[in-house]
Amino acid sequence: MTDSLTKRLVIAILGWTVALLLFFPIFWMVLTSFKSETDAITARLAFAPTLAAYGEVFARANYLAFALNSVVISVGGSVLALAFAIPAAYSMAFHPTQRTRGTLLWMLSTKMLPPVGVLVPIYLLFRTTHLLDTRTGLILIYALMNLPIVVWMLFTFYKEVPHEILEAGRMDGANTWAEVWHLLMPLTLPGVASTGLLSLILCWNEAFWSLNLTSSSAAPLTTFIASFSSPEGLFFAKLSAASTMAVAPILIFGWFSQKQLVQGLTFGAVK
Amino acid sequence: MATLTLRNIKKAYGAAEVIKGIDLDIEDREFVVFVGPSGCGKSTLLRMIAGLEPITSGDLSIDGKRVNEVGPADRGLAMVFQSYALYPHMTVAQNMGFALRLAKVPKAERDAKVAEAARILQLGPYLERRPKDLSGGQRQRVAIGRAIVRAPKVFLFDEPLSNLDAALRGQTRIEIAKLHEELAVTMIYVTHDQIEAMTLADKIVVLQAGRIEQVGSPLELYHHPANIFVAGFIGSPRMNMLPVAVDGVSAAGVSVRLPSGVALTIPCSGAGLSAGSALTLGIRPEALRPDENGPIAGTVKLVERLGGLTLLHVETEGIEDMIVQLEGLSLVDLHQQVRFSADGAALHLFDQAGQALPALARHSLVA
Repeated sequence: MTDSLTKRLVIAILGWTVALLLFFPIFWMVLTSFKSETDAITARLAFAPTLAAYGEVFARANYLAFALNSVVISVGGSVLALAFAIPAAYSMAFHPTQRTRGTLLWMLSTKMLPPVGVLVPIYLLFRTTHLLDTRTGLILIYALMNLPIVVWMLFTFYKEVPHEILEAGRMDGANTWAEVWHLLMPLTLPGVASTGLLSLILCWNEAFWSLNLTSSSAAPLTTFIASFSSPEGLFFAKLSAASTMAVAPILIFGWFSQKQLVQGLTFGAVK
Repeated sequence: MATLTLRNIKKAYGAAEVIKGIDLDIEDREFVVFVGPSGCGKSTLLRMIAGLEPITSGDLSIDGKRVNEVGPADRGLAMVFQSYALYPHMTVAQNMGFALRLAKVPKAERDAKVAEAARILQLGPYLERRPKDLSGGQRQRVAIGRAIVRAPKVFLFDEPLSNLDAALRGQTRIEIAKLHEELAVTMIYVTHDQIEAMTLADKIVVLQAGRIEQVGSPLELYHHPANIFVAGFIGSPRMNMLPVAVDGVSAAGVSVRLPSGVALTIPCSGAGLSAGSALTLGIRPEALRPDENGPIAGTVKLVERLGGLTLLHVETEGIEDMIVQLEGLSLVDLHQQVRFSADGAALHLFDQAGQALPALARHSLVA
């Protein structure tokens, strides 16, 4: 018993240490956002809390406009990615050909390319097609960016569905549409949901493309944060306040959906 | 009404041919069983009939109409899968009514048909449950119910009993036989279990390596196997095979010499045989009887007493483990010397290619 108690204690301490280490920057950011600019450059824990930073951030920028852009672009990008990935993953999981494995690996390999490598061509394309600083442009980019991961995740979920269930459906008269809608979707809903959630979070936090392809009208919260950073690094409180407001919605959202997320991300690992 | 005709049906995956030309006629209301060892192609053949696997070449006709390119649902067949393949997110009633729902049958009619199938299968109390809350036997019945509801022309069963325990398997086997009687439809059933094949079938199709070895009634296959493969596959325990040499051919049959030197005459046609050529003698374990003056002698190596039956494993010339099945409780001891005789009509001779020499007289029960 003592043995297992020690073991549990060690695991608990390790777990908390890792969790606190990961959480500390966020904690510090939230803490800093309530400080005055003078307190913000010190590491003191004792300070007079103030909402001045938030007030200034609100006064200087339209938070809600940025937040709305973030919501529209993240949801749009994720929905678009799912719309393409569901049929793709279905066909790869249930009607594989000799090239399926290669295609999957190729899709994943595109994630190994540094985005900056294609920045100039994409920028030029966007300029020609007038997609610069539009929500549509970012939705397209985010959908394409997340497509490989979304296809891979859905593919693994679909792989878990016994073929015979879909065959039984076909014997019962289901066409491909009915097969996907009546059988595959309900059976893999937790998987599709967690894939969508992950895609949403990735879109929300994406900064490279949003900073480079938007300026004002389609700018999401990542641009909003960036507008408060200055090369001298002087306005820590305002920067922290902006960041806190930017991550708060997705943090709250993630908190509520964590059960789905964990279930989805560990799906297939445990049988 | 449903007859099926298979003409030179082939299936190839790339260069590998797994079904090598099947010709078969299935009559209306017939219960046909495909048997064979694992990998013989029996399930593939069934799936081709179902429409789940494309047919590489050949013609499949249902009621005289070629259906090679017709989709699975439009062939008028229903299939019971080995894993049952129930829809886990639907209740029993929804599972059974799914095909009708897809066919846009009005709800009242759908419910009536589901209720009727539930009555036949005694599933009434479970209609609102989900598959995970059912026992294996109940799941099996839901899978059958899903097929019944569609009122198909042909039922296809793909090893439906292999996931059930022994007692339930026996019980469900009887239920399937009753169902065939009650519904009076054509059924095609795949199994590797020869007891299922023998008890259920009107017609057994023995398959090996993508080819038909023999088609016939269970008793025909048992009494007149066409070759060594069928002889060994049908019947349990397996037929004993002894190497023998031809002594001579007469009107009474073929005389052969056992490895022990004893001569036996088997009532088979021996046309084209010459003295000295090598044959294989097949003796069913249940055809052997203890006989003090019998031609076959050996030493008992192992005795298995099953209560109603006794199995003796006997070492004799030419065969190390000859199985003898005796009725009742035999008092034979280990290491005892025993002699056996066998009725000539129950013996089979096979040539070097494994083909059976035709018997001079057909068994009285086999037309």
